[in-house]
Amino acid sequence: MSFRDWLVGTVVSTQSQTPTAKSIVLEVPGFGGSSAGQHIDVRLSAPDGYAAVRAYSLASTGPSSTIEITVDLIPDGEVSPYLVHELQEGDELELRGPLGRWFVWKPEVTAPVQLVAGGSGIVPLLAMVRAHAAAASTVQFKLLYSVRTPRDMFYASEFAALASPTFEVTYVYTRETPEGWPTPAGRVSRELLESATIPPSESPAVFVCGPTGFVESVASWLVELGHSAETVKTERFGGA
Amino acid sequence: MAVISRGFTGRPRESQPDLPPGQYLTKDFPVLSAGPTPAIDTADWSFVIKTETGKDASWNWEEFNALPKEDVTTDIHCVTRWSKLGTQWRGVSLDTLFENVESSYDYVMVHSYGGYTTNLPLDEILDGQAWIATEFEGEPLTPDHGGPARMLVPHLYFWKSAKWVRGITMQRDDNPGFWEQNGYHTNGDPWREERYW
Repeated sequence: MSFRDWLVGTVVSTQSQTPTAKSIVLEVPGFGGSSAGQHIDVRLSAPDGYAAVRAYSLASTGPSSTIEITVDLIPDGEVSPYLVHELQEGDELELRGPLGRWFVWKPEVTAPVQLVAGGSGIVPLLAMVRAHAAAASTVQFKLLYSVRTPRDMFYASEFAALASPTFEVTYVYTRETPEGWPTPAGRVSRELLESATIPPSESPAVFVCGPTGFVESVASWLVELGHSAETVKTERFGGA
Repeated sequence: MAVISRGFTGRPRESQPDLPPGQYLTKDFPVLSAGPTPAIDTADWSFVIKTETGKDASWNWEEFNALPKEDVTTDIHCVTRWSKLGTQWRGVSLDTLFENVESSYDYVMVHSYGGYTTNLPLDEILDGQAWIATEFEGEPLTPDHGGPARMLVPHLYFWKSAKWVRGITMQRDDNPGFWEQNGYHTNGDPWREERYW
């Protein structure tokens, strides 16, 4: 069995993260585990043999054959509406993986880690936070998480529960803040990045994931702030 | 035997002979890269072909733009499954760049500003199959799409069309480049679905 072979997973549970995003937990016999940050291909097949495949980041990590993805609805998409609205507990889903060996964090790496997420770009970064907690790693982890409104946040309670001396989250609300939030809604800026992230002097490994525009600005600012381009890994979400 | 996805019908089937297996059409031009977009000043830009003989062929931005350019209309296919049909590019053919290059090696490693690399057989980039493109849809190539200059090898998955190119080094063996070391196929033919290895 290789990561290139198609496997059949069974949906164990689903959970809404936001009005348009759903987490799907699957039991996948034969799945060989994954590193934090990897993704899978998901294949949907119609009765006439037509198939559509899309890649989804894994929120889960480690050796388990129980895996989790979180899918954000793309309204005119072909695959995400099915996964968010149709797929139910007990359904079978074809997938293969884990895929990708670049945008990956491994617990044996000792550099501090700065994560920067825009919207649904949080999913592979959550896998890294989970791997960090599972390994009881003492490496410093910081997450800057940008969402439009409080309702658009994924895994809010889990992030709150995982907060520790070695894991700190800064939230940024671009359209609407929670009540009583000390700063007005606004996008991530270079100044905010500078004040809320691990400085280049500590040589962090940086992972940036989100929509293209977000990733382009953040990654460019990080380099301007003095991070070496080789230490900034990016992944962009797009397409349908 | 594929599992039928209960209730899944998919998009209307259109006859798309130009679409390789497992690809879908997009009208956007998504961006995919592994790190920050490098800022490259054309005053500092150069393109160098290095061989085992030690005789390099090199061009600065002005010299490069004085070379004959070709207009190319082609389909492009990304390994992340989007394809874009009928895209328009302008650039210098690799045949032009290799005119006076002598090498007994059969493979190349393409190098980019920012450190990205990708490997190709020489056979796949000569004879009108590849260009160094400087324009997309009639405009200078923007940095996020690989400007000032990128490889264009449209018959292979688009990660082979390296952005921000700075040169080509001849290599004896087909040593893997960046994505090829990180899980992607060494050849990358979209019609054979050579995505991962």
